[in-house]
Amino acid sequence: MSTVQDLARPDPTAALVPQTGSIPILRVSPLTRPFWDGVDQHELRYQRCAECGAAIFNPAHVCRSCTSSNLEWQVGGGVGTVYSWTVCHRPMTPDFVTPYAPIIVDLDEGYQMLSNLIGCTVADVRVGLRVEVVYHAVRDRTLPYFRPVVDD
Amino acid sequence: MGSHPYRDVAVAAVFNTKQGKTLEGYDSLGIAIEAALGVLAEAGMQPHEVDGFFGQFAAELPYLLGTGPCYVSAMGMGGIPSILDAASAIAAGHCSAVVLAGGGAGVYTETASVAPWTRISNEYVIPFGMYTALEFALIARRHMHEYGTTPEQLAEVAATIRNNGHVNPEAVFSGRGPFTAQDILDSRLIADPFHLLDCAMTAEGGTAVLLTTADRAADLGRPPVYILGGGVDHTGPSYQHPPSFDITGNRPGSPSNGWVGQRAAERTFAMAGLAPADVDVAELYDPFSFEIIRQLEAFGFCKRGEGGSFVEDGHIGPDGDLPVTTDGGLMSFSHGGGTVQLLQRVVRAVQQLQGTCATNQVTGAEVALASNGGAGAFFNDVILLGSTRP
Repeated sequence: MSTVQDLARPDPTAALVPQTGSIPILRVSPLTRPFWDGVDQHELRYQRCAECGAAIFNPAHVCRSCTSSNLEWQVGGGVGTVYSWTVCHRPMTPDFVTPYAPIIVDLDEGYQMLSNLIGCTVADVRVGLRVEVVYHAVRDRTLPYFRPVVDD
Repeated sequence: MGSHPYRDVAVAAVFNTKQGKTLEGYDSLGIAIEAALGVLAEAGMQPHEVDGFFGQFAAELPYLLGTGPCYVSAMGMGGIPSILDAASAIAAGHCSAVVLAGGGAGVYTETASVAPWTRISNEYVIPFGMYTALEFALIARRHMHEYGTTPEQLAEVAATIRNNGHVNPEAVFSGRGPFTAQDILDSRLIADPFHLLDCAMTAEGGTAVLLTTADRAADLGRPPVYILGGGVDHTGPSYQHPPSFDITGNRPGSPSNGWVGQRAAERTFAMAGLAPADVDVAELYDPFSFEIIRQLEAFGFCKRGEGGSFVEDGHIGPDGDLPVTTDGGLMSFSHGGGTVQLLQRVVRAVQQLQGTCATNQVTGAEVALASNGGAGAFFNDVILLGSTRP
């Protein structure tokens, strides 16, 4: 292990892990309660439009494809593909431990979600990586992280 | 089509206060007032002659400057949309002299965290540590994946703009260069692919724009600058949803979020009866280096996917055929946070057309484009200014 890390080219073997500190977590609203209740039960819920079939996330009042308010909560498989990624070395607040890796996941059900990738190293992150949801308790909330699918 | 909608409107004057990493003793309103009084002095106009305020502090300024009742619109985000709204209000006869003033000071004090205006958020974003550099990195990464855009091309943009600031005595980072692309790549990594020097700075300062009728502007101190066209594109709220390049809407043919600004630019050029090739200088909004590449493509200065090679080919430098962000921009000139830096892109475009730039003045500039925003923020606004009345 080198003692002086090159800040322009940080260690690609660094592990990506869940946060454990006092990170900011915002209040849940009536609109979003079903999602977070699902996460507490280790279910990844999303809305599906009963009129046009579109998958909706973040939780919404109406379908953004057809504006129907006839949206039904469904439970997804929690598996998807990394659509885009970054690795952060300058945290939003000091409560976040770096590096951490924000990703946009294309869920197999047909919607996108923002999360952090864990369970691998910085060098493993790439567009197209197959990932699955994994739940971690952080403060008084459970958060849905994603890790590489081991056997897909 | 009849006469141009902004034919009877002109920018009479612009003004930047001093800018600095911090401005001791100032708050945002105080530096904005200094900017408002500065722009009036620049035009030789008295405060009571103003009868309209738009943008940041529009609600406060009629009282504070003692003007009497004014047409006021503090809606929206300031910057280019506020300028277009003000021009429309003048054209409609609601008011005849409008000040838009912006300021940022004393806001960013807890520097162990990133600046507060960069981490506006919701419950689906904040627990994952999101702030603007990460939002924009997710957009940039997708473009790199689709088109092969490289970190070296991003660094070329950052070096070019930072060198514009290096030579500008009024820039916060005056004299901090010169920079090579390798210097950018050797700065510490913030949010892959962005190194520190790919990112806008944080700073403090004020700025103001004075709009009036074309007739009145002709009698004031500076050459009038005209609004040839403008456009506003918003995909949705900033920093609330996954910042995806591929968010689409249902309107047939509407560009995805990654190309936000394309529609605004098309409408801008159509209103002006001009094309990208007619632009002499482009004061593009530069929150992150990649955003210059994205906007060059979205606005039609080059084809989709060709922005990286466009910047490598030297087009955007001060001696290129499309000088970009000539004062050093958000990276090196100033970035007061909130909205002040939105207005400052327009201020610089006006300075180019008035021929008042101390450095990197584009000789004979007659058409200047300015922009605000970017795809990480889900919006991109465009204005085209000219020295000839439309």
